[in-house]
Amino acid sequence: MNNQSTDRFESPDFYVLDGLLTEEHKLIRQSIRDFVKKEISPNIEEWAQKAHFPYEIVKKFGEVGAFGPTIPQEYGGGGLDYISYGIIMQEIERGDSGMRSTASVQGSLVMYPIYAFGNEAQRKKYLPKLASGEWLGSFGLTEPDHGSNPSGMTTNFKDKGDHYLLNGAKMWISNSPKCDVAVVWAKDETGRIHGLIVERGMEGFTTPETHGKWSLRASTTGELVFDNVKVPKENLLEGKSGLGAPMKCLDSARFGIAWGAIGAAMDCYDSARRYSLERIQFGKPIASFQLTQKKLSEMLTEITKSQLLNYRLAQLMEEGKATTPQISMAKRNAVEMALNIAREARQIHGGMGITGDYPMMRHMANLESVVTYEGTHDIHLLILGKEITGIAAFE
Amino acid sequence: MKILVCITHVPDTTAKISFTDDNTKFNSDGVQYIIGPYDDYALARAVELKEASGGTVTVLNVGTSETEPTIRKALAIGADDAIRIDAEPTDSYFVAEQIANHAKDAGYDLIMMGRESIDFNGGMVHGMVGELLGLPAISPVMKLDIEGQTAKLAREIEGGKEYLELDLPFIAGCQEPIAEWKIPNMRGIMSARSKKLEVLAPSDASEAVKLQQYELPPAKGDVKMIDADNVGELVKLLKNEAKVI
Ligand SMILES: Cc1cc2nc3c(=O)[nH]c(=O)nc-3n(C[C@H](O)[C@H](O)[C@H](O)COP(=O)(O)OP(=O)(O)OC[C@H]3O[C@@H](n4cnc5c(N)ncnc54)[C@H](O)[C@@H]3O)c2cc1C
Repeated sequence: MNNQSTDRFESPDFYVLDGLLTEEHKLIRQSIRDFVKKEISPNIEEWAQKAHFPYEIVKKFGEVGAFGPTIPQEYGGGGLDYISYGIIMQEIERGDSGMRSTASVQGSLVMYPIYAFGNEAQRKKYLPKLASGEWLGSFGLTEPDHGSNPSGMTTNFKDKGDHYLLNGAKMWISNSPKCDVAVVWAKDETGRIHGLIVERGMEGFTTPETHGKWSLRASTTGELVFDNVKVPKENLLEGKSGLGAPMKCLDSARFGIAWGAIGAAMDCYDSARRYSLERIQFGKPIASFQLTQKKLSEMLTEITKSQLLNYRLAQLMEEGKATTPQISMAKRNAVEMALNIAREARQIHGGMGITGDYPMMRHMANLESVVTYEGTHDIHLLILGKEITGIAAFE
Repeated sequence: MKILVCITHVPDTTAKISFTDDNTKFNSDGVQYIIGPYDDYALARAVELKEASGGTVTVLNVGTSETEPTIRKALAIGADDAIRIDAEPTDSYFVAEQIANHAKDAGYDLIMMGRESIDFNGGMVHGMVGELLGLPAISPVMKLDIEGQTAKLAREIEGGKEYLELDLPFIAGCQEPIAEWKIPNMRGIMSARSKKLEVLAPSDASEAVKLQQYELPPAKGDVKMIDADNVGELVKLLKNEAKVI
């Protein structure tokens, strides 16, 4: 039995952020934490080591309500606020970023666009099944030749009278190999970007898996390939078109990532704190050495700063006032902080830190995806740069 | 079927225990509270029984307003409504009186609770409620099925199990593995918002026991490691130093 199968996690709350949370927020946190301790922590190391995506977790996420917590209840969502959403992502990512990716793609990138840009029939058809985990969804924006620059995409569809004919390929798509539906972004004949709902079973639609990942190993990633796929016209998301539509989804997902990364950081910090008190060298716990204390103090400082930033961002999201650059700042800040903490925490564990008995290497490797997807670290920096100077440096 | 589940609001099992006021009051500073773990089993089974054959589950807690988050959690897990009897739960008899007084005319088919709370671990309330209501009280119940008006249950006894059958209504003090603890889901938490939580004034009842003082167990002493080959030394120490043999 490795150390992670008995999950002793205690979350730090140095600035008593709990004082800003409602009893309901705390109950949500406790419930998801209990869920993670029961369903994820005991198995995650094995799943990650074996690059196994535990498909059964999809239904369990549905049951606990991790899919689309902010979507109204009439569509099967939770009807909760953004702080709750953030808390849910934080607790799941405390368990594993791959598991959080499964949930954030489903909620923010699949359910959200169907809810925000879809019509009533589409909402009714897809949202309850996605919320319950009966269906798994994926989000296809990135292409082999267009990552940071999605507007260059070549996936396209033509109006064939009674249907659209979709061609192209998406790459690096979370959930793709197991997805039942995909929200796919493609250009129409005039070059404008639209969202289409593509369903498994449509002829010419395949989802080959991407193998050999060293990151998010418990999450499944693949391609979406469209070879003359006939998509019914009623599967077009009519509510919004242009690059702004997928970007709006990313805003919501990035918000969840900003909170999620703190979860990964807390897990590493908590493990390091405990280990440093238990590990004896030179006749005393390594926690008694100043350099260890410096590491732990800095970790707690960075976690606390990120918590406060995220909390305020959640309030702005709730008021509908959060801007894309604000979200960029939070995502970028939290992921970098978490990566640094994972590395420092691993050092505190010495040799033990490189084994799967402790979570740091897994979090660290996972965070390499998190720092890249949903806008790379540098692209978020440049979004902030544009906000400050008015000059876009990434085009 | 109408089920009443009585829940306690107790310090988390990992809470650090200390006392104030000359060791006469429990220090609740920084202590996180939970539904009593045995009560949580009772609640989980009650919700399962309701889901299987219909009916309602009411949760009841004797406590001050501080216990409301705990009650809300029980509602989120699946209870339909809740009652809080607004009083400090000073001793088992006082609590049993409050429960019995509420339940006597309320027409419950089954009253469930944990075999004991985990703060004072008295394990007496179910028996007292049974006595006050003139109903059978059985504890610890580790398996419970209901068929019509009859309950089939298994009770843990010294060295084995006892299988019983009896008619409703009765009082069950529950323990694992009667059901698995339920984790509230997000929809449950949302709907708990609008479920009814009624606050009732306590009935006149007196405590049977007055608490004098608390005392923590003595701190653990140092551990002496003795080599596995050196049994003689171990026996000598147990005899002369620990004085246990
Ligand atoms: C595990 C995983 C899961 C993913 N899941 C999904 C998904 O579900 N759906 C989806 O659509 N996509 C997904 N992605 C794709 C992800 O969003 C892209 O990888 C990301 O946008 C970067 O694109 P790229 O990989 O093509 O890198 P590139 O765009 O080629 O970038 C390479 C490097 O160049 C830098 N760079 C690029 N342009 C500029 C510039 N203008 N100025 C400065 N630096 C620049 C980048 O910052 C980066 O460091 C996933 C990726 C991974 C790894």
